[in-house]
Amino acid sequence: MNPITISALNTHILALFERDDLLRDVWVIGEVSNWKRATSGHIYFTLKDDGANISTVMWKGNALAHTWLPREGDQVLAHGYVGVYPERGVYQLYANRLQPVGRGQLYAEFEALKARLAAAGLFDAARKRPLPVAPRFIGVITSPDGAALRDILRVLTLRWPLVEVIVFPTLVQGSEAPAQIANAIVAANQYAASGAALDTLILARGGGSIEDLWAFNDERVAYALIDSQIPVITGVGHETDFTIVDFVADLRAPTPSAAAAAAVPDRTDLLEQLASVQRQLSEQALTVVDLEARRLHELRLRLRRVDPKRQLDLRRQSLDDRERYLRSELRRRLERLRERNAAARLRLDALNPANVLRRGYSIVQAADGTIVTSPAMTAIDDELRVRGAGGEYRVKRIK
Amino acid sequence: MSKVKSKPADEIASELSYEAAFAQLEIILQTLEIGELPLEESLTLYEQGINLATYCTQKLDEAELRVSRWQPGHQTTPFVGWQEG
Repeated sequence: MNPITISALNTHILALFERDDLLRDVWVIGEVSNWKRATSGHIYFTLKDDGANISTVMWKGNALAHTWLPREGDQVLAHGYVGVYPERGVYQLYANRLQPVGRGQLYAEFEALKARLAAAGLFDAARKRPLPVAPRFIGVITSPDGAALRDILRVLTLRWPLVEVIVFPTLVQGSEAPAQIANAIVAANQYAASGAALDTLILARGGGSIEDLWAFNDERVAYALIDSQIPVITGVGHETDFTIVDFVADLRAPTPSAAAAAAVPDRTDLLEQLASVQRQLSEQALTVVDLEARRLHELRLRLRRVDPKRQLDLRRQSLDDRERYLRSELRRRLERLRERNAAARLRLDALNPANVLRRGYSIVQAADGTIVTSPAMTAIDDELRVRGAGGEYRVKRIK
Repeated sequence: MSKVKSKPADEIASELSYEAAFAQLEIILQTLEIGELPLEESLTLYEQGINLATYCTQKLDEAELRVSRWQPGHQTTPFVGWQEG
């Protein structure tokens, strides 16, 4: 016989349990009974089915991570490990995760809340407010340590770094989360009311299981959003996740990054727009200058037309023209005169008495020079002058 | 249309927000589009428009996201270190 201590025995059993793969990591299905939350925050209850039961404990940390916790009599799926509690010599289930069986109850709760809020008009399209196109201050309600915040800040940096971000830290999962989220929404509104500017709120959380997102299916959060004076964009979970806050928000974005993108314009677009504005301005300026240059050119032409110097030139030229005309006219007239002269000379020549004399005629003149054309003009013995072609001689009338 | 003196982009008061600058720019564009201004005035406006556009571009290019963290009592403290994550 080689007895060992109880402690050693229980420690041995504990070691056996710890070596067992199934006991280390197990899902069990059962009904919740004797649900008790200790002042320490740890939860003790019993899981049972028709023929058996097992003591179950869930530590405070795990309990806080659950937004949904079962009530007495609920069928649950519990995950954890089976260990030994040496002091009492009992084994029990150390649960770290509780889910309603088939999640049917969660969905039922979700649908019931959704229907209730819809009936209260909280989802009405008329409630949705327009979002500022280019907000200067954005409040982000999320976990300060989460990937969601990093995603949001990264997107804002890329798209619209002109904005100023104020983070309103809150838990985003666990039983405390709904109250904290609602408080953060109220705080953001009070902050804005105190004189600080907040143009848009983003309520966000990264992806997770339906239980992880459960805080966003809370009535308190829904009403805090409804009461918010600042328009809200939600970005909770993934594309396919819909939570109550998505229906209440002014805009639902599928993810935190998408919420950030929806909150601000894209500076790439704006930079392009600015470049085109600058081109437009340059073209306009060129057009204006062009137009003025053309007007100026026209004026210059008109000015030249009325230039006194040009007038003088014009007159001078017309004077020249006239002078030239006069000269040619004069020449023409002289020519004509000359021609008439020559003709006259020819006629004169024909009439020249000398030519008659040369044909044998003579001219008889009295002493006083009178041309004698009749005997009656002279008396006997009158001395007469006879002029012939060859010269002049004197004769006496004898009869 | 108020007559604003034309200033180079780097002399435009840095308090002028991007939005305010862009709004001024739009007014200038509209005024120039109507095209009833005397030459000198439209050239001044044009220059002013270009300066505002440059200013806006600078603002967009140089802006750095400012992040702070809300504290109870509506105090805010700079929120840093998120870039490393």
